[in-house]
Amino acid sequence: MTVRPVLLVVALAAAGLAQAQSQPVIGLITKTETNPFFVKMKEGATEAAKAKGAKLLSGAGKADGDNAGQVTAMENMIAAGAKTILITPSDSKAIIPAIKKAREKGVMVIALDSPTDPADATDALFATDNYKAGVLIGQYAKAALGGKPAKIVTLDLFPGHPVGAQRHNGFLQGFGLASNDAKNNELAKPAEVVCMADSFGDRAKGQTAMENCLQKAPDVNLVYTINEPAAAGAYNALKKAGKEKGVVIVSVDGGCEGVKNVGDGVIAATSQQYPLKMAAMGVDAGVEYAKSGKKVAGYTDTGVTLIAAKPLAGVESKDVKTGTDLCWGKK
Amino acid sequence: MDSLKHKLPPIAQLGPFIALLIACVFFGATTDRFFSGENFSLILQQVMVVGVIAIGQTLIILTAGIDLSCGMVMALGSIVMTKVAADLGVPAPLAILAGIVVTALFGLVNGLLVTRIKLPPFIVTLGTFNIAFAITQLYSNAQTVTEVPELMTWLGGTFPLGGSNVAYGTVLMILLYLGVWFFLRETAAGRHVYAVGNNPEATRLVGIPTQRVLLWVYVGAGAFYGIASLLAVARTGVGDPNAGQTENLDAITAVVLGGTSLFGGRGMVLGSLVGAVVVGVLRNGLTLMGVSSVYQVLITGILVILAVTVDQLSRRAAR
Repeated sequence: MTVRPVLLVVALAAAGLAQAQSQPVIGLITKTETNPFFVKMKEGATEAAKAKGAKLLSGAGKADGDNAGQVTAMENMIAAGAKTILITPSDSKAIIPAIKKAREKGVMVIALDSPTDPADATDALFATDNYKAGVLIGQYAKAALGGKPAKIVTLDLFPGHPVGAQRHNGFLQGFGLASNDAKNNELAKPAEVVCMADSFGDRAKGQTAMENCLQKAPDVNLVYTINEPAAAGAYNALKKAGKEKGVVIVSVDGGCEGVKNVGDGVIAATSQQYPLKMAAMGVDAGVEYAKSGKKVAGYTDTGVTLIAAKPLAGVESKDVKTGTDLCWGKK
Repeated sequence: MDSLKHKLPPIAQLGPFIALLIACVFFGATTDRFFSGENFSLILQQVMVVGVIAIGQTLIILTAGIDLSCGMVMALGSIVMTKVAADLGVPAPLAILAGIVVTALFGLVNGLLVTRIKLPPFIVTLGTFNIAFAITQLYSNAQTVTEVPELMTWLGGTFPLGGSNVAYGTVLMILLYLGVWFFLRETAAGRHVYAVGNNPEATRLVGIPTQRVLLWVYVGAGAFYGIASLLAVARTGVGDPNAGQTENLDAITAVVLGGTSLFGGRGMVLGSLVGAVVVGVLRNGLTLMGVSSVYQVLITGILVILAVTVDQLSRRAAR
């Protein structure tokens, strides 16, 4: 008689196990919870997980650069049974030991949005080609200037960040100036670049950097910015100096605020990237791994599109409406 | 004796002026665009937010406290004033007031925790730093507030003065500094702030309500952060939820460079203005030279250590 309850428990446990096995668990770790880019990414992962019957766990660091928070989130997710981890590394080097430990336990780790350093520390990378994003706005800027000699200000990220270097060098390459290749982390500085300053991707710091550059080079006619908040800051500085009309601003990101600024004539063109797609592809790969045990590998370009209000001859671009449909943040 | 000491100009208080002078001469000699009214006006605009935060920070540091929450509280204030105006249609003056009330309330919370529960200011304000950050993100949905009433950006506008354009905000900043300088120097309440920082026990024994002085210092500092919120909105033209993350250390840097002692009771509020301007001059001058911003960080770090060393040595000599 006493055997029965035990059997029942075993049967229940087995059922639970079967349930767990049929539903793959996937962990998504973003840099922060609040940045609209990552909110969009989480949205993409949630939708894909729902469609494929996977269970999604999500976590984030406290702020950009919080490596320890990401490590903790990863450990907790693996303890909760995640067999695939999707992560946007806050610190491309410091996260590697934790990733290595996870992969030794048979967990597939995919980097989203930005690579680890070295990139092969993860199984795969789903991200924007940042060099190409730069090339596209460089080509647009070249056409927008229409043969006028360029006096360029670059508002970069901060020293030593590969994404900052790729966008900067890609932009110069696209413009047709002497530049570095996609693997080089040094910022190229041809003679046409009259001022280089760091914006930290921040609106107020971008404004300050642009003001100082205007002191150095009052006759600037082209501004490259690392992202759209920096571009908005640069525009504000130009407007205060009464120079916003004669200067072309180009940027990278494609957030809704940035696309709206393209429509309003603040930014001439921006290269839009696709966080939703990165996450959806990541979840698909995780479900496939749970079913067949087949891992994805290498780098997958999640695409980048040039968004411009004014199409120019010889440069392929999409209009503001298309950009707004695909943007992240409040429309 | 003690209460007189802060009025004398020891080396710690001349230091910031010397550093500023050296930086200006250096950049004037190496770049041809540094010395112009327009450029100086610009540098003042660039430091006005941190400069006004540093007034509140100076008051707190004079009482031997510290405030890590100041920058985030400033960001929250600017989100509150812009969102209250944009979402609820509240008239701009009331919305500005609402923002300043919120930042002053944060000061009140800091002050109550420090005076009533006797928690260390460092920990209290570390907590409120995080709370203010979270509320800012939640209330704004991490979205920039772009619909800003014209009145809120008025302080960012400029008027012509001697061939260059001066921003109203920088005039406000300088007036606030002069007001607080006068308050600390000439009023009984102002001298009580120094006394509390110098020797709280002795101050209490002579019948000064030290806890009340401390509480008002935190509330007043909070109100200054609210004015800084308005200046931040005026300068950038938006309510930015990502603002304020480094301003706490920037403000402490300005105060320390300005010669105010982290041990409390000694210092001059005008020094903090000079400290903020030194950082702005380094950033501006190095950009004009085409030098990476990392060097600004490096030089600022060295100057902070120099300033604290001078303070410590002069304190030892005074004993």
